[in-house]
Amino acid sequence: MNNTLMSPGKNVPYATAFAGLLQRDLRVMRRELGPFIVRVVMQPLLFLFVFTYVFPHIGQAGTVGGANFATVLLPGLMAVAIMFSGIAAVALPLSQEFGVTREIDDRVMCPLPVPAVAIEKICFSAIQSILAALLVLPLAYFIPATPVHAHVANWPMLITTLILASLVAGALGLTIGSNVKPQQIGLVFSIVVIPITFLGCVYYPWAVLSHVRWLQFVVLLNPIVYMSEGLRTALTPGVPHMPSPMIVAALLLSLAVLGGFGIKGFLRRVIS
Amino acid sequence: MIVEIADLTKVYQDKHQRITAVDGIDLTVEQGEIFGLLGPNGAGKTTTIGICTTRTLPTSGRVSIAGIDVVARPAAARRNIGVVPQFNTLDRSLTIFENLYYHCKYFGFSGVEARERANTLLKQFLLHERGESFPSQLSGGLQQRVQISRAIAHRPAVLFLDEPSAGLDPQSRIAMWDTVRALRQEGITVVLTTHYMEEADELCDRVAIIDHGKLLALDAPQRLKTTLGADTVIELELRQSEDTRLLVGKLNSMPQIKSIEAMPGGLRIFAHGTDGLLPEIVQAALGYGVRDISINEPSLETVFIRLTGRELRE
Repeated sequence: MNNTLMSPGKNVPYATAFAGLLQRDLRVMRRELGPFIVRVVMQPLLFLFVFTYVFPHIGQAGTVGGANFATVLLPGLMAVAIMFSGIAAVALPLSQEFGVTREIDDRVMCPLPVPAVAIEKICFSAIQSILAALLVLPLAYFIPATPVHAHVANWPMLITTLILASLVAGALGLTIGSNVKPQQIGLVFSIVVIPITFLGCVYYPWAVLSHVRWLQFVVLLNPIVYMSEGLRTALTPGVPHMPSPMIVAALLLSLAVLGGFGIKGFLRRVIS
Repeated sequence: MIVEIADLTKVYQDKHQRITAVDGIDLTVEQGEIFGLLGPNGAGKTTTIGICTTRTLPTSGRVSIAGIDVVARPAAARRNIGVVPQFNTLDRSLTIFENLYYHCKYFGFSGVEARERANTLLKQFLLHERGESFPSQLSGGLQQRVQISRAIAHRPAVLFLDEPSAGLDPQSRIAMWDTVRALRQEGITVVLTTHYMEEADELCDRVAIIDHGKLLALDAPQRLKTTLGADTVIELELRQSEDTRLLVGKLNSMPQIKSIEAMPGGLRIFAHGTDGLLPEIVQAALGYGVRDISINEPSLETVFIRLTGRELRE
C-alpha cells in the first residue's frame, strides 16, 4: 500500500480502493468469527490433547531432539494453523467465486490494477493466519500435561517469520484457489495440503531428520518446514532449529514463487 | 462521445480452432443515449462489452471510454464504467446495503459518503426495505435491480448491461426498462446487449445490429425499419417449394412486392403494406399448395432477416 501511488482520473489513491477491499473481507470475517475460531482451534486443540495430555497419562510420553513433545509441537501447530487459514481464507472462497458464483467480478472491476486485487487476497489471508497462529498459543499453556518450554527468545525473528509465513500461506491459497476447480478442491487437500503438513517438520524438528537423510533433503522444498523452523527459532530455541538467514531466505523465495503463480492464475481467470 | 470503438477485433485461438468473435467493429456512443447491440447469441456482443469493460483484451483495435484507453489504462477506465454482467455477481456474503456500501468504498468514497450513497440508492431503486437482506433472499428481478444500482453507485459515465433481461419474467423486464429509462434522465449513458428485438426497439435510441462479429447496420430503430426497405415480411410456406420460378415471376409483377427470397419450405416476401395483397398472393400460389402464410409487421426482426437472411432467434 503506497499512498503516493495516485491513480489518474478522480484523484483517488489506489491505497483507498485496496483498503476498501480489505474492509469488505474483514466485515465478512467478523460476521463469521465464531466458525472461524472453531475451525482454527479444533485441530491444534485435539493434537495437543491427544499427544500432550492423553499420551503422557497412558505412559507414551516421549522426547524429540532433547525436548518434550509439547514443546516441539507448539511451533509446528502454529505453522499448520497459519497454513490452513491461508487455504480456508483464500483457496476455498476463490475457487467458489471463480467456478460457481462469479461474485469476485465486482471487486475485479474496482479502480485498481487487477494484480492488486489478488495481492489484497494474500494480505487478508495473512491477517487471518496471524490471528490463527496467536490462537494456538493459549492452548499450549493450558492443555499439555508436561510444561511447554516456550518464551519469545527472538522478537524480530518471531515477527518476521509470522508475517512471512502468513503471506506464503496466502500465496499458496491464491495459487490453489485460482487454479483448481471447486470439484477438485477435496483432491488437492489429499495430494497437496495433507502431505506438506505431515512432512512439514511440524511434529519433529528438521535437525532430527538426519536419521532419514533423503527425507531431510526432500522436505527442503516444503515451505511449511521453514514456517515451523522459524517459529521454533523464535519461541523454543532449546529445540534444535535451522539457521535464521536460511529460514528467512527460503520463506522469501516461497513467497515470490507462489505469489507469482497465484497472481498469474488470478489474472488468467478474470481477464480473457 | 463517450464510447469510441475503432476497428476492434478479437480472435480466440487455441490448438484446435480459431474463432473470430469480433471482426472489425467501428462505432461510437454519444453522451446520454441508450445504445443497443442487437444480434443473435454468439454474434460477438458480449465479447465487445468484455473489451469495453477491461475484462477481455482485444486482438487489435482500440476502445476508449470518456477518452481513456481501456487497454493502456484499465484501472483508470474502470472509474467511468458501470457493469451489469449476464450472470448475477452480487456479493453473497454481504447484505444488499453492504453490497452498495463496499462498492462505494472500492471507488474511494469515505465511510460517511458511502453510507449516504447506499441509502440514496436503496430509496431510488425502491429497495429500502431490503437493505438488511442477503442477495439469496431476493427474487431474480430484485437482484437485477440491486445489480444495476450497484453498477451506477460510483457515478460512472457509462453503464454496460449485458443481456439485462435474460432470465427475467415479463413483468420484471418491463420494470427493468423503466429503471434504464430513468437512468437516462440522470444523464447516464447506457450500452446494452440484447437478442430481444422488442427490447432494442422499445428502449434504445440507436441500435447496432451485429452478426458474426461484424456490424451490419447502425441507426435509430425507426430509421432502420424504414430505410432498409424492410417493410412487411410475408412468409409463405408451400407444399411444393422446389420449382417456384413461375410463382416468383407472378409475385414480382405485383407493385406492392419489393423483393422475394427463397427460404426452406417456401418463400419470404418483402412487401410495402398488405392491403389487398394477401388474396392476390394466395391466388397466385394456388397450384403450389399453401400450407401457411404469416405476416410480420416491420420490426427490427424483419430488418435482421433482411440483412442476414436468417431469423434473430435460434
